[in-house]
Amino acid sequence: MNIVVCVKHVPDTEAPIRIQQDGRGIDESALPYVVNYYDEHGIEEALRIKERVGGTVTLITAGPARAAQALRTGLAMGADEAIHIEDPTLDGADHLGVARALAAMISTRPCDLVICGKLATDDNAAIVGPALAEYLRIPQATAVTKLELGDGKATAHREIEGAVEVLEVALPAVITVERSINEPRYPSLPGIMKAKRTPITAKTLGELGFALGDADAGAAHVEVLEYTKPPARPSGRVLEGEPAAMVKELVRLLREEAKVL
Amino acid sequence: MSGDVWVLAEIADGRPRKITYELMGSARELADALDGQVVVLALGSGIAGLGDELAAYGADAVRIADDPLLAQYTTDAYMAVVEPVLAVEQPYLVLIGSTAVGRDLAPRLAARLDAGVITDCATVELVGEQVEVTRPVMTRKAIARMAFRGDGIRIAVVLPNVHSAPQQDPSHVAVVAPVSVAIDPAAIRTRVLEVKAIARDTLPLTEADIIVSGGRGLRGPENFVLLNELASALGAAVGSSRPPVDSGWVPHDYEIGQTGKTVNPQLYIACGISGAPQHLAGMSGSRYIVAINKDPQAPIFGVASYGVVGDLFQVLPLLTEEVKKLRSTAG
Repeated sequence: MNIVVCVKHVPDTEAPIRIQQDGRGIDESALPYVVNYYDEHGIEEALRIKERVGGTVTLITAGPARAAQALRTGLAMGADEAIHIEDPTLDGADHLGVARALAAMISTRPCDLVICGKLATDDNAAIVGPALAEYLRIPQATAVTKLELGDGKATAHREIEGAVEVLEVALPAVITVERSINEPRYPSLPGIMKAKRTPITAKTLGELGFALGDADAGAAHVEVLEYTKPPARPSGRVLEGEPAAMVKELVRLLREEAKVL
Repeated sequence: MSGDVWVLAEIADGRPRKITYELMGSARELADALDGQVVVLALGSGIAGLGDELAAYGADAVRIADDPLLAQYTTDAYMAVVEPVLAVEQPYLVLIGSTAVGRDLAPRLAARLDAGVITDCATVELVGEQVEVTRPVMTRKAIARMAFRGDGIRIAVVLPNVHSAPQQDPSHVAVVAPVSVAIDPAAIRTRVLEVKAIARDTLPLTEADIIVSGGRGLRGPENFVLLNELASALGAAVGSSRPPVDSGWVPHDYEIGQTGKTVNPQLYIACGISGAPQHLAGMSGSRYIVAINKDPQAPIFGVASYGVVGDLFQVLPLLTEEVKKLRSTAG
């Protein structure tokens, strides 16, 4: 089974975020970047499938030069191959543009399954997976918590509000994964050494026979106007002392001040 | 260009979910500003009678696609119905709920329609001639203000529990019309084999007005009973931070935070939760936050509206008793 895993290089969620002076972006200097957390679960799922049924695991990212580091991490976990779509026009692209670039790459090769994280922890968009499925004209199952492969199809569990849906999805398909699907392995030392030697295939959009167009000329349908710090929460009131007295005061505040009880 | 604002209704067990009314409240304001209509598109099976109810919540027009193949959401069946309608009607703006259905459908719909799509919108406003939204990003450490560009269809996927539902007005009438449905069953490539209900006494976390949530400070799965008792007295849902999930005390669907759910209740009661950034990412949009923790330095107190510095094993039973007393005198 040939599996493609899409990965994104994102700021470590534990790192503090500084907004650029002009508000147009996040200050990337000194910001530690890692593989998107959900994509690690995607890589792990692909490796487990490969270990069961054989095949290849190919990583793809569309992003700036630093994103190669995300591919190295995935190779160190055990992926066979990595492709880096790097192109200046990706800077102004929206998520649909990124999905189109990934689709252009994936459609050039045989592929039985595409796995993405359910979202990327930087912008939380969750757009690329389903959009990629549309551009590839294949079915999708999103936020999957359990995946079992059958003959030409897969069974996927996905959490919906108040229930778990069990889906049967025809392959090839795009599957986006939840964190509960597996526990990702750590890269092994031999894996890290091997990853250093594995060449990363670089592609520009032109080499894929594809142009996103100029974002300002309408190629991107959405844009970020500015980033701001979240509004500070009004400073709260801290109660200390005897539990019974604190509880009485808390209930009074929730009733009379907050009016939520 | 029509200034109409469309709402994709979400129906569960033949009834509109709460998010549908929330979207309609937001759509009403936007449509008034755009001098357009609120049009609700509902898909389901046996839902032909929903028109009056949706009208009472402010719909000017209701379009109903009623077909046995729409009884359960599937990506392909919904795409086959929704995409052609939107392609013909070209609404100015489409509001979809940020739910399991909305997050599955909206990006794919946008890709097929070549529409703009923005997910996780906390606010959707008309600023001049432009639709602008705000959405939390970077583990809620920043808020992005975004805009749609161009004249194509705009799809905003809106967070639940952020907007209030409009008042019901039974005298408000809507033009109710069917949507023709022609789905080839063989074209549905993702089928629902089974829906296993998760046995809970309360609302889903993302819809609850009050959430009682527990962290590592609970010390073990058996102590979640303290949260369940408080939640039952309050009519609240029960959630958790990440450590109880990782320790196997509660299932993954309890988790609130960056790697779990984002919630926006009126009241969030955090018990024995330290307040790591990854947890704050999922709950700091709550209107009021109560923190109960014995460590006065815990970061959770930095976001708490009301902090209780104390032992949760003493505080929670007392709080449950007080709430029960209150509810019995009020009820």
